[in-house]
Amino acid sequence: MIIRGDEPEQLRLLKRLYKPGNYFLQGNEAVAYGALFAGCRFYAGYPITPSSEIAETMARELPKLGGYYLQMEDEIGSIAAMVGASWTGFKVMTATAGPGFSLMQENLGYAVMTETPLVLVDVQRSGPSTGQATKGAQGDFFQAKWGTHGDHPIVAVSPISVEDAFWETVRAFNISEKLRTPVVVLFDGVLAHTREQIRIPDVEEVEITYRKLPKNEEEAKLPFGDPHGDGVPPMPLFGHGYFTHVTGSTHKENGLRDVYTPEVHDRLVRRIHRKIEQNKHVYEKYEEYFTDDAEILVVSWGVTARPSLGAVLKARDEGIRVGLFVPKTVHPFPGKRIKELGKKVRAILVPEMNLGQLILEVQRFVNDDVLLKGVNKIGGVPLTVEEILREIRGVA
Amino acid sequence: MAKEIYSTYPMVKYLRKEALPTALCPGCGGGTVLNAFANAVDQLKIDPKDLVVVSGIGCSAWIASPYFLADTLHTTHGRAIAFATGVKVGLPDKKVVVISGDGDLASIGGNHLLHAARRNIDITVLLVNNFIYGMTGGQVAPTTPFGAKTTTSPYRNIEHPLQISETVAAAGASYVARWTTAHVYQLIESIKTALQVKGFSLVEVISQCPVQYGRRNKMKEPAEMLRWFLKNSVPVSKAKKMSPEELEGKFIIGEIINRQRPEFTEELNKLIDEVQEHFGLKGE
Repeated sequence: MIIRGDEPEQLRLLKRLYKPGNYFLQGNEAVAYGALFAGCRFYAGYPITPSSEIAETMARELPKLGGYYLQMEDEIGSIAAMVGASWTGFKVMTATAGPGFSLMQENLGYAVMTETPLVLVDVQRSGPSTGQATKGAQGDFFQAKWGTHGDHPIVAVSPISVEDAFWETVRAFNISEKLRTPVVVLFDGVLAHTREQIRIPDVEEVEITYRKLPKNEEEAKLPFGDPHGDGVPPMPLFGHGYFTHVTGSTHKENGLRDVYTPEVHDRLVRRIHRKIEQNKHVYEKYEEYFTDDAEILVVSWGVTARPSLGAVLKARDEGIRVGLFVPKTVHPFPGKRIKELGKKVRAILVPEMNLGQLILEVQRFVNDDVLLKGVNKIGGVPLTVEEILREIRGVA
Repeated sequence: MAKEIYSTYPMVKYLRKEALPTALCPGCGGGTVLNAFANAVDQLKIDPKDLVVVSGIGCSAWIASPYFLADTLHTTHGRAIAFATGVKVGLPDKKVVVISGDGDLASIGGNHLLHAARRNIDITVLLVNNFIYGMTGGQVAPTTPFGAKTTTSPYRNIEHPLQISETVAAAGASYVARWTTAHVYQLIESIKTALQVKGFSLVEVISQCPVQYGRRNKMKEPAEMLRWFLKNSVPVSKAKKMSPEELEGKFIIGEIINRQRPEFTEELNKLIDEVQEHFGLKGE
């Protein structure tokens, strides 16, 4: 039983095709190359601005690596095909933007319930609805978390630069494989179309992981069990004679449907939650700048993190004791760390390209005596260093 | 009693025993479809290890999963063919079969059905057409005959039914056939052909739902529905000579289309070979 993309010849192919060194790439291209280095050999998608270059890059590069590019009839079909392919042993990815992400939500829930590894890149654009199709935004923070129905956990990562997009995509695949769960990459239209220098690493520098496969027949017969106590069942792939039954309905450890026994539903859904909770070390990641002596804290994510850092550096030059916290995994939110930091500062600013989403997560973890203020901008143009600096000065 | 039936039913080896008995209503055509499919698999000597069966949501989706003992993927409503597309690309040497209902495959899933036929991907679809949404309580479907009564067309259906087989044939499928549950032997033969055809194949099975459809349309006994099928079935050859007016309310049975066209997964792999050749990446 193999996961496609990990064969030695694949590594040789990658080495031959993509020489390490500095390149001038677009954010969307960086996501695609990250996926290729992570072992993605199946892409099913539907074109949508501002994500299309990811599909275009995959369509061009995947065949060289013996991988498959499928342009499906719509977004729903795209994520459905990914789930099917993932059960045959492929590392799979799709990319979309707001309206397409909305369409994918039902099957994203299906992937959570059936514990199917896949990576879904949402290149956030301005909404609601068609909004400003070509403009970036950060408005899908909660759509990633609560877009589908029912109680479900989700893991979402968010890159802050073109080079970061490469590495965060690799990380998304690794989390997805390790925890047998879908992972959302919350990218954005601004970085997607930004070109900047990125270093393409040597193949050996990229750490890649693969899903746990059943060690024996016994484990294969329990595709939704928990034989190792980490909440992550080994995944018996299709085509190996295990007669695996996979359903989005509530199922027992052996995969068979049981929608009538409360305990079965409780056990399954709680384990899916526990799997994410108890494996924080697999996905939790954040960056901190000058938080040691900070009186003011800026919390920012994705595309807004960089102008936020610029503003913090300038404010530091002016003698303002301000720090920056950047969650790289935005779901589950690193609330524990925010709680600790919240006790040390008197003001928290949350700049983001929306009318206030991340700020609600921050609010859950800080006391009322902290001044909490959003720095919000919509309209498709990112926040600037000056705009954020002005707000820092305002609370200094 | 139940044990006796299992021990004398030779096709039971293809069923997931722990999932039995089935949830299908007495008199449902689903059992006939399951039986016909199992017999086709048996006659072709297909190892169930070489089968992946995918289904959507609804009564007919249950025929495939959980009851058939193979790798089975029970998916979201309407999306079975799209899921199966990913499976087929991943396992091009396996037989990938979709078994689901008319509401699932031709209504909410209509777009996937048309595009899979257009791509001509080597998937076999068994579409169980019972003219109604059974599992949700007998609502009007895109296949409900004009004038028929359902829970959401209580006075009469004023919409025209979709001719699924003809539509899928026009979309580009390699093989399309239509039978009813009263034509079991012909149905088995068509399923066998469909399983062997390289390309997209669809077998539409007109099936009885005495509980939701028959009861509201003066055919509450399963046998009455089967008699209705037999009385109104017209072979393809004969139908060609009939006018649209004469064909109103009739079931055209037989092979609608049987042709060879380039198949999707083969073309996809051929393309990859060409690209690797072009860039000198072969034999890496």
